[in-house]
Amino acid sequence: MKALLRWRWTPWVALALAAAFPMFASVLDAQYLVRVGGIIGLFMLLGLGLNFTLGYAGLFDLGFIAFYAIGAYTTAIAMRAGVPAPLALGISVIVAVAFRALLGLTILRLRGDYLAVVTMGFGEIARLTINNLDSLTNGPKGLQLAPWRPLSFVSADPNTQYYLLILGAVALGCIASNRLEDSRVGRAWIAIREDEIAARLSGIPVRHYKLLAFTLSAAFAGLAGGLFAQWEQFVTPESFVFWESILVVSIVVLGGMGSIPGVLVGALVLVGFPPIMQWKLSSEWINYRYFFFGLILVLVTLFRPQGILPSSRREAELTS
Amino acid sequence: MLIQQIVNGLTLGAIYSLIALGYTLVYGILTMINFAHSEVLMLGAFMALGLAALLPAVFGTGLVGLAGMFILSMAGAGLINVIIERLAYRPLRHISRLAPLISAIGVSIILQNGVFLWVSTQSLRFPEPVVIDQVQVFGATVSTLQIIILAAALILMGLLHFFVEHTKLGKAMRACSDDIQTAGLMGINSDYIIALTFFVGGALGGAAGVLYGMNYGSIKYNLGFLPGAKAFTAAVLGGIGNIRGAVLGGFILGFLEVLASGYIPNGAQWRDVIAFTVLIIVLLVRPSGLLGEKIAEKV
Repeated sequence: MKALLRWRWTPWVALALAAAFPMFASVLDAQYLVRVGGIIGLFMLLGLGLNFTLGYAGLFDLGFIAFYAIGAYTTAIAMRAGVPAPLALGISVIVAVAFRALLGLTILRLRGDYLAVVTMGFGEIARLTINNLDSLTNGPKGLQLAPWRPLSFVSADPNTQYYLLILGAVALGCIASNRLEDSRVGRAWIAIREDEIAARLSGIPVRHYKLLAFTLSAAFAGLAGGLFAQWEQFVTPESFVFWESILVVSIVVLGGMGSIPGVLVGALVLVGFPPIMQWKLSSEWINYRYFFFGLILVLVTLFRPQGILPSSRREAELTS
Repeated sequence: MLIQQIVNGLTLGAIYSLIALGYTLVYGILTMINFAHSEVLMLGAFMALGLAALLPAVFGTGLVGLAGMFILSMAGAGLINVIIERLAYRPLRHISRLAPLISAIGVSIILQNGVFLWVSTQSLRFPEPVVIDQVQVFGATVSTLQIIILAAALILMGLLHFFVEHTKLGKAMRACSDDIQTAGLMGINSDYIIALTFFVGGALGGAAGVLYGMNYGSIKYNLGFLPGAKAFTAAVLGGIGNIRGAVLGGFILGFLEVLASGYIPNGAQWRDVIAFTVLIIVLLVRPSGLLGEKIAEKV
């Protein structure tokens, strides 16, 4: 297992397999799974995003889905105003990052558990504001937007198109995360997580790097939100409830905080498992999923705090 | 109109205060947010609902039956809180600050979805505890229900005050809250005191759940989340870890909410936004709260 993880071609093989997945699905006559795959991809993006905040900087965030919502609504509003779809995605990223930076500037000096509650509060404020601001967001009725089919030359099926688009975004996200992890910035984050005071004494501008990690997270969430809006062609506040934030946290915790393959596996398991169970067993299953998320969170913290696929450095931190 | 709003604010504030006490007691000793507290409150309400069907045969309806339902639900909620602490928090106490919080969120999800899956997915009607009358007080219409809620909350707060300030166990609790290691050196069994604190906090939360059910007339598996989050706000507002602060914060938040829905146009749909905005502002401007002491972060 370890050897497989270290093999340099593993990520590329995984990417190739994932890209070929819609073909397998059509052979198996299970196009439904392509849609599931796309949703898994969106949550991989969210997980990679939250990984900066939670995994690298060690900041607890219970309102992350707010930035997914901001991304989705920005794309929806921009496209309804006639902005071309790719540009709308870019605007989504910028708007989500701007909101995140603003929030970060105000709340980052708070301690861990206070931060958790404040971000939870922000998540609720964002959802309720979207719900109440009828003039901009059409309230609980939601916003509809025109279809955008970027990859019509590959496949006629919109689910396959968005699956591939999201896969590309996930691949880019992984590369970006990986490059950052090994950079000066990544080393600063790890130093802060391991011992904030020692990091400060070594001359690392702690506040600056925490803010950077916190803000970068939103770029991924904004992009995922924009793609979600374009794929669904419909956004409502209901998609962005507190439980979705919990799901993203569960993904990062289960996979292993600070570990890119961990986050990917976490999303695959937590988001992929319920629909596949539902497909193979009965629709009853979907009701049980949050119960299992809760159980996973408790059991993982109690018995495997480093997650399924921990980064080697994090594992060393926890066992020392 | 204003007096009416004040009465409503007092009722809501009393419920928030009771919940906030549960957060504050636990935080005072362990400096952790018991995220599952809102579920303890929900379970208290569900236990009361179950007891309401069983107890009249034993105690009769009237106030004795009501008190029986109350005390048993409180004991049940307290025990649940103790079990949660034993299973999900104690093993993680010395690992990191984040671990118990994650575990607490997990427990919260488990309990909420447990009720969702195995009790009811819908709102259930909460029976009226006694026949409700309307009374005129200073020109405002007050229901006997509001009087019962307020009286019950005030009695519980009084009992808590007596317990913490004037009993030996209360003294031990205060000692642990000041410095748990030193308290241990003085021969106080800190594990026992922590369990006791969870019991007392859970019982107050359970009582708040019952009152909440009475006040709104129906209960649902997810009823704990909003009042729990707001009561946490109240505890922070008053100064978390501070018992008087929690009561003060609860009443302030109750009033704020009632006034916002009464006097701001469209206030009702913005009142939760207002409560959470207050939380963020308080944490930014005065993180130690109104009555809290400034504590340096432990390194």
